[in-house]
Amino acid sequence: MATSWTPDQPIVQCVDVRKSFGALEVLKGISLSVKKSEVICIIGPSGSGKSTLIRCINALQPITSGSIQIEGIEVSDPRLDKLALRRKVGMVFQQYNLFPHKTALQNVMMAPIHVLGQKRAEVEARARALLAKVRLAGKEDTYPGELSGGQQQRVAIARSLAMRPDIMLFDEVTAALDPETVKEVLVTIRELAEDGMTCLLVTHEMNFAREVADHVYFTDRGVIVEHGPPEALFTAAKDERTQRFLSQVL
Amino acid sequence: MKDAQAEHRLAVLLPYRPMQARMSVRIGPLAAAILCFCAIMAASTAWAQTGPAVLSPLQVIVKWSPLLLRGFAFNILISLLAMLLGTIAGLGLGLGLLSEFRPLATVSWLLTQFFRNAPWLVLLFFVMFLVPFQITLFKTTIPLPDWIKATVGFALPVMANVAEVVRGAVRSIPSTQWEAAESLSFTRRQTMWLIMLPQCIKRMLPPWMNVYALVAMSTVLASIVGVSEMLTLTAQVHAAEGGRPELFAPLYGFALLCFFLYCYPINLWTARLERRFRIR
Repeated sequence: MATSWTPDQPIVQCVDVRKSFGALEVLKGISLSVKKSEVICIIGPSGSGKSTLIRCINALQPITSGSIQIEGIEVSDPRLDKLALRRKVGMVFQQYNLFPHKTALQNVMMAPIHVLGQKRAEVEARARALLAKVRLAGKEDTYPGELSGGQQQRVAIARSLAMRPDIMLFDEVTAALDPETVKEVLVTIRELAEDGMTCLLVTHEMNFAREVADHVYFTDRGVIVEHGPPEALFTAAKDERTQRFLSQVL
Repeated sequence: MKDAQAEHRLAVLLPYRPMQARMSVRIGPLAAAILCFCAIMAASTAWAQTGPAVLSPLQVIVKWSPLLLRGFAFNILISLLAMLLGTIAGLGLGLGLLSEFRPLATVSWLLTQFFRNAPWLVLLFFVMFLVPFQITLFKTTIPLPDWIKATVGFALPVMANVAEVVRGAVRSIPSTQWEAAESLSFTRRQTMWLIMLPQCIKRMLPPWMNVYALVAMSTVLASIVGVSEMLTLTAQVHAAEGGRPELFAPLYGFALLCFFLYCYPINLWTARLERRFRIR
């Protein structure tokens, strides 16, 4: 377990990851890697195991076999300090999952104060800056129930960023949003990417993947069918399944 | 016959039948209770006019009401203390039920089931006769009067019911909240205290108040084990007034009314809270 990880190595390294729910094998040997400051998009039809993969990377679900390493730390190790791991990994969910009894500002401040034990004043200043960054200045004292889906999702992004993660995981974060609010969330993610944040996204937003991603993986039925730079994948897909999927969604 | 039944399988618009009007005069429960009480009083006034030396039932109640009401206050005190104790213990037991540590969860489950499914009176008897009348701690003797023991006796079923309320409320929070907390590296304990329980308070309040109304009404059970609460005092007053049969209904009716006037608003308020929280 002694790690000799250096920042020039991939932040996330998945090797032959397999995951079964009972008799159903959802991931059938997935291998991928994410380097620092890269933006990786995983696309593919529903039920192809995209979300499961991203949840496995955050140790929310255990894998059946294979290896997932985050900065050289093996996620499937039973002795793993999951809490320490998750401090490096920010996660944003499809349904935002904000804490409904706390204001936007409190949502962002909670984890740094209680988990990292940082000073309240310092955290508050940072939380306000983060909310401003996701264009929610003025909404600090609003409760999640009073915010639109897009606004809630941006609070959720700020909440994850407050932990200063090394990588952000986005699990279909625009899938539950109204079309007009999808854009504001995508703009926020794009700005993050431009700032050099490492991002791994599961998404159905093909235009976003095409414009922002450094590398796109196409998955279907638990395997990676094809991957490559977005231009190559979107214009000259080699595999017939990829072509069919892209022709349906583009 | 078969043919007739077959016919009825078709969609048929039945003729309109007007609903029978229930009661033309609507009486609220509060008014009804007071009316009943007045009726009891009125029925017994006839007896009161037999001799000059005999007090009417109303006069008896007025005469003894300071004592009886003091007894009622004692009932409320017992119920409040039992609720306080039971809630603190029940919160602990409820967290035990939700524990990921299997043995603790199992023990908590057994305790909860035992105290939820035991008759309150039996629990009361157990506490009364198993707990000594005084305990000696570090050479100081602490007396345990009957009413303290009765309070503990009531706190036990309260504990089990509150534990179940806590468990149900926490379970009703979507699991995505746990995931969000987990992904932000909150420990299980932090998640419980900072994220789950604060969200649960609203959900727990109505069932918790329900439990309280039950406790308040059950405190009269303490009369069986000799605590001088309202029902005990009522019996004593009745005896002191010569055990006249016509006093029976008014005296106990007075006790009923006191409890009703105390518990009914609690239940009304509970129902209102339930409605309000459901809308949100």
